[in-house]
Amino acid sequence: MTEGVAHGARATRTVATPRGPVAEFSRAGELKAYRDMLLIRRFEEKAGQLYGMGFIGGFCHLYIGQEAVVVGMQMAIKPGDQVITTYRDHGHMLACGMDPKGVMAELTGRRGGYSKGKGGSMHMFSKSKAFYGGHGIVGANVPLGAGLAFANKYRGNDHVSLTYFGDGAANQGQVYESFNMAKLWSLPVIFIIENNRYAMGTSVERAAATVDFSHRGASFDIPGEQVDGMDVRAVKAAGDKAVAAARAGKGPYILEMLTYRYRGHSMSDPAKYRTREEVDRVREESDPIERVKKRVVDGGMIKEDELRAIDVEIRGIVNAAAEFAQNDAEPDVAELYTDVFV
Amino acid sequence: MTMIEAIRDAHDVMMGRDDNVVVFGEDVGYFGGVFRCTKGLQQKYGRARCFDAPINESGIVGTAIGMAAYGLRPCVEIQFADYMYPAYDQMVSEAARLRHRSAGDFTAPLTIRMPTGGGIFGAQTHSQSPEALFTHVCGLKTVVPSNPYDAKGLLISAIEDDDPVIFLEPKRLYNGPFDGHHDRPVVPWSAHPLSEVPEGHYTVPLGSASVRRTGSDVTVLAYGTMVYVAEAAVSEQGIDAEIIDLRTLLPLDTDTIAASVKKTRRCVIVHEATRTSGFGAELSAIVQEACFYHLEAPIERVTGWDTPYPHAQEWDYFPGPERVGRALKRVMEV
Ligand SMILES: Cc1ncc(C[n+]2csc(CCOP(=O)(O)OP(=O)(O)O)c2C)c(N)n1
Ligand SMILES: [Mg+2]
Repeated sequence: MTEGVAHGARATRTVATPRGPVAEFSRAGELKAYRDMLLIRRFEEKAGQLYGMGFIGGFCHLYIGQEAVVVGMQMAIKPGDQVITTYRDHGHMLACGMDPKGVMAELTGRRGGYSKGKGGSMHMFSKSKAFYGGHGIVGANVPLGAGLAFANKYRGNDHVSLTYFGDGAANQGQVYESFNMAKLWSLPVIFIIENNRYAMGTSVERAAATVDFSHRGASFDIPGEQVDGMDVRAVKAAGDKAVAAARAGKGPYILEMLTYRYRGHSMSDPAKYRTREEVDRVREESDPIERVKKRVVDGGMIKEDELRAIDVEIRGIVNAAAEFAQNDAEPDVAELYTDVFV
Repeated sequence: MTMIEAIRDAHDVMMGRDDNVVVFGEDVGYFGGVFRCTKGLQQKYGRARCFDAPINESGIVGTAIGMAAYGLRPCVEIQFADYMYPAYDQMVSEAARLRHRSAGDFTAPLTIRMPTGGGIFGAQTHSQSPEALFTHVCGLKTVVPSNPYDAKGLLISAIEDDDPVIFLEPKRLYNGPFDGHHDRPVVPWSAHPLSEVPEGHYTVPLGSASVRRTGSDVTVLAYGTMVYVAEAAVSEQGIDAEIIDLRTLLPLDTDTIAASVKKTRRCVIVHEATRTSGFGAELSAIVQEACFYHLEAPIERVTGWDTPYPHAQEWDYFPGPERVGRALKRVMEV
């Protein structure tokens, strides 16, 4: 181990941008991507504010910076395909079409939250949106994602399971058990590794023997690709390819999304393990939302006014969610004992 | 000293004395641990002796057992007790049994530290108290310190011990003695006599309880955060209770417990973990076996409810001074 690696010097580079194909977006596609990413960004900013004001307590992990991953993947699937992820889950839920009010109210621990205040930020679910959670234990959701894919195959439908996890989670043993089973049983699962370069305070280089996670399925013969996770069109293109293969019965696929989280790991993280400049550079050079904006405005496809109208609409939605989450009633004490088992 | 500083100091003392001591875990090296319990150790002792591990609880404990079998003394951190389950197999099937199945040829002198308990709004995956899962396993020692002095002395004993020790750190006590009154200002350790921690090497032996308050009316058995909750409840009720801080759950100081209950003839057991098959059940059985003919009231248990630790209703779950106070009153009224 060299000095530089151990002290994270290599981590100061910007997000690498593999030159993969990008999806061609229509006007409607660009607007949808912009809108969906912006909803996540503004929702997360508001959650951060409510946390600061004491309305949200405990653990809360923001998705700011990574929006293109979940929005691009969502554009590549169809209703009924399952999504399962870790504790950094607000973006996934919003992208799945879950109600921002219910998500925010779960953060504040109120009755109207998706888990009636029992789960908090990390644990929410929606059967109607095929969202299988929010899981607080790193790596634990990955076998579940393979199991969802098994159920699709067993039922004979053509649904796929999108199974998200982080670069840190990618070192957990059960991930490799899942890879093996998914290939062995040829399951329609897309393993999406959101490589945001850090697992809490530990950079990828300090925790992983090899840092190209797209190769992690090689010994199971699972195809893998590195994707520019800051470009929603690249995500969509990679998603299309992987989803088509899974639907066609070709088994699992690994997509490593090169991305970045702008905020600390959770709300109590002073982020001393990386420099301010590193964060600023990624923001300036590859912000996923700014990239869409620049592309469509500079290219003359969409006028800035139209985007501004979307901004206003999104602010309205987010403010309404915050309003609801602050004023909804707290759960009844009797709720403590419900849903343990029956 | 805070409890965090005391734990860091114990590491420092042992790393300084014994080259066989190695310290690792998630975010433990470069970052110094999420609760800062290993801060500065990598700088002082180098990356060969204090280092980061990937998010591999099973691997962390498993490799530590191998290291220990060859004579190292690993002291590893599981970031939160709630994350230990992937490692549980290694603890139960390997660490706990190595001595027995090799007929003493090999031992596993390792220490596994983990923060436990609630009170920090951590909900179901950052608040658990899984001590009974360890005390149920023969071959493991289980320790729960409640203050900086004990934390340092017990951790040194744990690292020096030739058997695997599970070292549970009540995280709500890291920065101050918390008595369950969550709506009152935080009390720092600096105001508490047990934050006086001697420099250098000293031990608090495993298997010895500490009588935190002598009294004649009822014995309260507690450990970790609940020691302070019990103290608050006792003073609020104005009852002359004897409060015993168990400090080590296994091996358990049954002599101190039995002597106290025989004297007071009443017993209240307090823990934060869920009730059913909790460590309180074991304590209750032991007290009944040792003191049946001395008891004047049924033994009471005050515990967490049999539910996952909730997100929204932390203080309804947490067995605070009011609930302990009610139990004290009940046993006194018999
Ligand atoms: C089994 C387990 N071990 C440790 C943790 C503590 N923990 C929570 S998040 C995290 C880092 C995970 O990093 P990564 O997988 O890269 O996801 P990211 O936070 O970057 O989205 C750690 C160590 C946990 N929740 N579960
Ligand atoms: Mg990460």
